[in-house]
Amino acid sequence: MKKVVEISHAIAEVVSKVGPKVIAAYPITPQTHIVERLSELVANGELDAEYLNVESEHSAMSATMGAQACGVRAYTATASQGLALMHEVLSVVAGERLPVVIHVANRTLSAPLTIWNDWSDSFPERDNGWLQFYAENGQDVVDTTIMAYRIAENHNVLLPVMINIDGFILSHVYEPIDMPDTKDVKDFVGEYNPIVKLDVNDVHTIGEYATPDNFQEFKEEQWNAMMAAKDVIKSVTAEFKEKFGRDHGDGLVETYNLDGAKHAIITMGSIVGTFKHFIDQEVDDVGIIKIRSFRPFPREELIELTKGLESVGVFEKVISLGLGGPLAHEVRSVVKTPVMSFVGGLSGRDVTLNDVSHIFDKIREKKSGFEWIGSKLK
Amino acid sequence: MDRVKIEVMHMNERYEKLLFKPGHTACAGCPIPIIVRTVLNTLGKNTIVAFGTSCLEIISSQYPYNAWGVPAMHSAFENTAAIASGIEAAQKKLGNKVNVVAFAGDGGTFDIGLQALSGMVDRGHNVLYVVYDNESYANTGIQRSSATPFGAWTTTSPVGKKIHGNKTFKKPLALMMAAQGAKYVATASISNLPDFKRKVQRAAEIEGPKFIHVLNPCPTGWKFDSSLTVDVAKLSVETGLWVLFEIDHGKFRITYKPKEFKPVRDYLMLQRRFKHLTDEEINKIQERVKEDWSMYEGLEGVKI
Repeated sequence: MKKVVEISHAIAEVVSKVGPKVIAAYPITPQTHIVERLSELVANGELDAEYLNVESEHSAMSATMGAQACGVRAYTATASQGLALMHEVLSVVAGERLPVVIHVANRTLSAPLTIWNDWSDSFPERDNGWLQFYAENGQDVVDTTIMAYRIAENHNVLLPVMINIDGFILSHVYEPIDMPDTKDVKDFVGEYNPIVKLDVNDVHTIGEYATPDNFQEFKEEQWNAMMAAKDVIKSVTAEFKEKFGRDHGDGLVETYNLDGAKHAIITMGSIVGTFKHFIDQEVDDVGIIKIRSFRPFPREELIELTKGLESVGVFEKVISLGLGGPLAHEVRSVVKTPVMSFVGGLSGRDVTLNDVSHIFDKIREKKSGFEWIGSKLK
Repeated sequence: MDRVKIEVMHMNERYEKLLFKPGHTACAGCPIPIIVRTVLNTLGKNTIVAFGTSCLEIISSQYPYNAWGVPAMHSAFENTAAIASGIEAAQKKLGNKVNVVAFAGDGGTFDIGLQALSGMVDRGHNVLYVVYDNESYANTGIQRSSATPFGAWTTTSPVGKKIHGNKTFKKPLALMMAAQGAKYVATASISNLPDFKRKVQRAAEIEGPKFIHVLNPCPTGWKFDSSLTVDVAKLSVETGLWVLFEIDHGKFRITYKPKEFKPVRDYLMLQRRFKHLTDEEINKIQERVKEDWSMYEGLEGVKI
């Protein structure tokens, strides 16, 4: 049965159903409602976990990884500057193959200081060995969270997962959400069963240092795990559909109105809803390719889906200064059709239906190029 | 059995007992293994270690080699106390009664790791944090830290025409930890192992955050002969420069007082990092020892 809940609270609820034993968090807007609710659940005895009020995001990620290394699930959430402060530890978590699952309520990186949404916090973390999912709406983030544990903890993967939700646009919005029963969630995610943990009866060292003679193989193994994750994502997503009845494409990408379309817009996150709304009103020649899994990047899937299209556009809420739209460049590296790159909606600026109309018109011109959407600069 | 076989058996037995194994790659004369071994062999096998990026990381765990006889985890430089916090929280949830120990150097503790350490003490984690203090960023090539003593040469407090080595005195971290409410705080020396072991034992009996600060004479960084490590440690205590005390639930007690203080010059002149010091500078250090002891003796029996 669907209930109208704030998405941040839904995240706290679904995480609580999975049941982390340690939560270590530091407050930052717009992540706060997630961790506030988790601390309430712990305070009320509804979630049997240690809640650590750590003194920074660096320590949040560190305490989380220390706990996870003991063979329990551990959790944190953050945004923006907080994720940037975690940066150093993020790559260590991935390198030490700890399948931590976190949420990021995407918010712009300063400066200027701002609290609203774009992806300038999570994009700089794309190369450090974390799987990155981007959620479209509340139901998507709940479902992705349940799947994330299965994917991360799979012994062929053993990599951490970052689930990105657009700050405020999703984190603070109330939405009707079908929240699975605790038993169903627990049955689906199963027990956490690490290969190595800190255990006085089975002595291991986690976190050795490597030399040029052996470092590269560690990265190659992470690469192999990231590639293996694609199949795991597909199979877990299929199993999820069977169990819970909700469809999330193949788990890597989802399409909308793509059958028979001449063009496609490729994007991620909550803005997909705006594009869908516009298409529903008056468009039949443009479809949507929604990237759910930014890492691992759906390379083969994009090649396949764009075959036969006359042109595509990429809309993204992030700019790589000195290069252009980073997602567009990744798409260009794999698809053969002309790719028009659109950057807009930075730090929470509305992307209107007029903007969408303009974007679609530009895609129909079948050109490669770059354009700011909604710029006020003359 | 022939003698060789007996020797090998004896060595294997000894190897099994040591919780920080031989074969680590510490410099000749480095006291880090003595410190780690003293702590771990006092606590026993029921111990999990978090250790920071430091000399200890480099000497203990170069893949695929390993010197740890207990479960150990390394993450980064400044987060040892936070890693230990997470380990302790998880062990508590698992219902395991284990010792959680954090090891880090002075750079990773006095400077970049201070915030995480303060957080760990604030939250009251049941962790024994041991800082081995070689008074510099030794691993990166002997740069100055806030534990570097007054006058010492380091590669970033060089002896120039205008500036004569390090300009500041050591940060009083043990007192800071006591002021913050760590349940047990102590200083220790590798020249007084009974005192050191007793302090580790006492720390193990206490629930809550514990902090032991061990001076770690570093032949490489302090520029003394590697056969003199224990002598240098001993002189640091006998000159009064390194004060052995404990603060048990806030109650301060000096645990060793030299019968007769040796002049600081005896300690300083063994180490080439101090060889440039003028009489005036040495006198300043000697005066500081007097001031420190006056303060510490004033604290005797006081609840901090």
